[in-house]
Amino acid sequence: MTTLGTGSRALRGYLPPVAASRPVQPVIRVAGVRKAYGKLVAVEDVSFDVGDGEIFGLIGPNGAGKTTTMECVEGIRRPDRGTIAVLGLDPVRDVYALQERIGVQLQQAQLQKRITVGEAVSLWSRLYRRPQADGQRLLEQLGLAEKRGAWFMTLSGGQKQRLFIALALINDPDVVFLDELTTGLDPQARRAIWELVRGIRSRGKTVVLTTHLMEEAEKLCDRVAIIEHGRIIDLGSPADLVRRHCPERSVVLSTADPAAGEALARVARVERDGARYTIHGTGDDLVTEVIHCLSEHGIRVTDFRTVLPGLEDVFLRLTGHSIRD
Amino acid sequence: MLRGLWNLTWLEIKIFLREPLGAIGTIVVPVLLFVLLGRVAAARDAAPELAAGGVIRAGVPALVSMLIAVSAVLSLVTVISIYREGGILKRLRATPLRPATILIAHVLVKLLLTAATMAIMMAAGKRYYAVGADVPVFGFSLALLLTTWSILSIGFVIASVVPTARFAQPVGAIILYPMLAVSGLFFPLRILPDWMQAAARFNPLAYSVSLLQGTWQGDAWSAHLGDVAALVLVFAACTAVSARVFRWE
Ligand SMILES: Nc1ncnc2c1ncn2[C@@H]1O[C@H](COP(=O)(O)OP(=O)(O)OP(=O)(O)O)[C@@H](O)[C@H]1O
Ligand SMILES: [Mg+2]
Repeated sequence: MTTLGTGSRALRGYLPPVAASRPVQPVIRVAGVRKAYGKLVAVEDVSFDVGDGEIFGLIGPNGAGKTTTMECVEGIRRPDRGTIAVLGLDPVRDVYALQERIGVQLQQAQLQKRITVGEAVSLWSRLYRRPQADGQRLLEQLGLAEKRGAWFMTLSGGQKQRLFIALALINDPDVVFLDELTTGLDPQARRAIWELVRGIRSRGKTVVLTTHLMEEAEKLCDRVAIIEHGRIIDLGSPADLVRRHCPERSVVLSTADPAAGEALARVARVERDGARYTIHGTGDDLVTEVIHCLSEHGIRVTDFRTVLPGLEDVFLRLTGHSIRD
Repeated sequence: MLRGLWNLTWLEIKIFLREPLGAIGTIVVPVLLFVLLGRVAAARDAAPELAAGGVIRAGVPALVSMLIAVSAVLSLVTVISIYREGGILKRLRATPLRPATILIAHVLVKLLLTAATMAIMMAAGKRYYAVGADVPVFGFSLALLLTTWSILSIGFVIASVVPTARFAQPVGAIILYPMLAVSGLFFPLRILPDWMQAAARFNPLAYSVSLLQGTWQGDAWSAHLGDVAALVLVFAACTAVSARVFRWE
């Protein structure tokens, strides 16, 4: 994608930096995939590519078809229709060759009740031919080092989740699939996982994840696909999606200057609530124009905030409802 | 192809033994039962008019082995359905492990535990059953292996179709216990009415019992070719069926 326009300074702290150029080599190609469970069509005509070294997110409400899509790509489910290639392999035909090279964290999984954390990690590390990641280090990174000897059934929800992430990374995979990677984690653990995922990408690996958290998608993903009722309704970088569907920006400021209302009205539509003004406009230039106007008229402000739409708003606009409904 | 088989098998054995009643239920109880029955049998031998020849001496080892084999199969059915319900099977499938490896590992666990139980039993029961002198331990073990293997394959068919883990044990018991009842294990089949004897011809366990009792008494294998053929047939048929209908989740 191109660099952000001039008025974008204010966006910087909010949206993650986007890779300067779109990755050229797709690692995953999904074309026209359909999957039904009996009469229920869970996924219909889904197509997307994931580039090498990308963090790609699937977002959508419960039952949208995220997990089904992901499991087809992982080779755990056989799609009814469509073609999928991952690392040049067919997930149905070459499933074992594919499993060697990918790491999978399933949304809902359990292990044997009385397997210890250490045993799980060492079993998993023996299932793969390729050189492995350092299991001990992974456990440390995921805050599970002191749980090595604990039985699976005694772990908390978040600890189980972290163990599954460790297992997904044990074979140092080229592509990592994380289904609801931070569900059930506390904010601190969530941030640690985000760091870990960014670390995976910085080593040139590709990550595909699903999430319900728009903040997570915005912070982590290079590109996201929004899925609803089994179809992809739009796809792009979070910044692109926001720009495309929610170009409106607003500035909220407080001032005692009586001339403010009239001056700002020349920039964009203004709403006034006592000393508080909300300026509604569109495009990245709005903030610059407001600042320019304020300095031109010598208006002193006691508060100044920009309100930017996010993926949450994009979702609302595209589907007519919030992701949580 | 079978990469990870030993790791998984060994781990599953450890996990199984960690279960409350794991070792006690599969090893200690059968051994105690065996020794107790041995005492009873020995006491009867002392009163010759009660001892129906060698029937009891041959009957008890077969009885205990069949019970162990059947309970091993029931526990296999339960484990498989718990693993399926919990998504453990699915998680294991999202690795380079072959599905067959996962299932073979579970069969091996049951076979090894059965073998261990039998070995301890033989050692503990020496006093009552004169093992070693006139009993062909090797032949009997082979018969037991074949028996367990074919009952396990029946277990897999059951494990393929039971809807949830909660039903696994009862459904397995409802299918296997009646088969056990008319297998000739508790009383000779020839005392049954003709039509039941005919029905027992379709009971795989009847062939197991005949083979186990025969080999314990020192019969030649040639006398039991029919039993062997029937058990192999059952194994092949059940394996083929479960390969088709087995569900992973
Ligand atoms: N094994 C299954 N059998 C039958 N229906 C299924 C199965 N798995 C999923 N479904 C159905 O398919 C649809 C899509 O489910 P899927 O799990 O892919 O959604 P999702 O986007 O991952 O949802 P969530 O956010 O809740 O995880 C749902 O309507 C669900 O009920
Ligand atoms: Mg899901």
